[in-house]
Amino acid sequence: MIQPHDSVIVRTLGHIVIPIAQLFGVYVLVFGQHGPGGGFVGGVVLAASMILAILIFGINAPDSVLARKILHGDGLGLLIFAGVGGLCLIGGGQFLNYSHLQIPNLDEASQHYVGILLTQVGVAVDVAVTGVSIAVSLSFEEDEISHDEVTHG
Amino acid sequence: MTFELPLLILLVVTAAGAIMVKDLISSVFILGSYSFALALVWALLGAVDVAFVEAVVGAGLATVFFLLTLFGTSEKDTHIRRPPVPWTAIVGLPILGMLLLYGAGDLPAFGDANSPASIHISPFYIENSLEQTATPNLVTAVLMDYRSFDTFIETIVIFTAGIACALILRKGDS
Repeated sequence: MIQPHDSVIVRTLGHIVIPIAQLFGVYVLVFGQHGPGGGFVGGVVLAASMILAILIFGINAPDSVLARKILHGDGLGLLIFAGVGGLCLIGGGQFLNYSHLQIPNLDEASQHYVGILLTQVGVAVDVAVTGVSIAVSLSFEEDEISHDEVTHG
Repeated sequence: MTFELPLLILLVVTAAGAIMVKDLISSVFILGSYSFALALVWALLGAVDVAFVEAVVGAGLATVFFLLTLFGTSEKDTHIRRPPVPWTAIVGLPILGMLLLYGAGDLPAFGDANSPASIHISPFYIENSLEQTATPNLVTAVLMDYRSFDTFIETIVIFTAGIACALILRKGDS
């Protein structure tokens, strides 16, 4: 069981750093087609920010509500990835052949662009959920995680 | 060229330090700095995406996982007594190193335009990926479009790792 940190320096820095890290993670995710980065790295940065929230504020704090919610998302990223592949199948092509995504008013290259972006989101969600899940598995017992709604205030 | 020798020394020193240190928590931190030095090496070689992954996963997430694992152990597990090195390792490892260096002599030079990796399928990606996928980053286009089925299986591997950790490690009534 990881206890919440009681140092005011750590907690204040956590309030500053965690949103910046999450913003950077989303930036790396959507900018991965124009620069270094992509779904895997963006997902890992998002997972690291949520693990930071768990380590600083504890799993049951209101600040870690995103990490607690995302624990229920196992397999969601894989579903997004396979869903894009399934849409290609429905469109009449091969699995994960983005030319058959059947998005109106888009040429073939742009369809590939959209397909790459969607699958990257799938990879990022999968990696983020898995990172938080492994960190929680390593440090908490199942009955220590409260599944009740925590009221903000 | 000026950065290669200091980076190589840094890599060797951090790798040796991670093995020789008595305290496992110090070893984990030295391993994180090793990953960071390795990320600098990848960036120097021009593989920016690999450098990014190495920095984020090796120096960030893996360090956190190692530390969380060590927090679950007791004092006598993290302070280890290393046995003396057996003589077979002292004799055998230099021979293995010599063999690897001998084999590395036949590898194509770095940046060689006529190496098999550069003339087989890479030119197709370099010439066609921008107009076929509208994605300027070549690495993302190859990973997510031309080789997307491989990436799909890798995603399944990550998902399986998370499920296996949850099945083995989480205890409780529910």
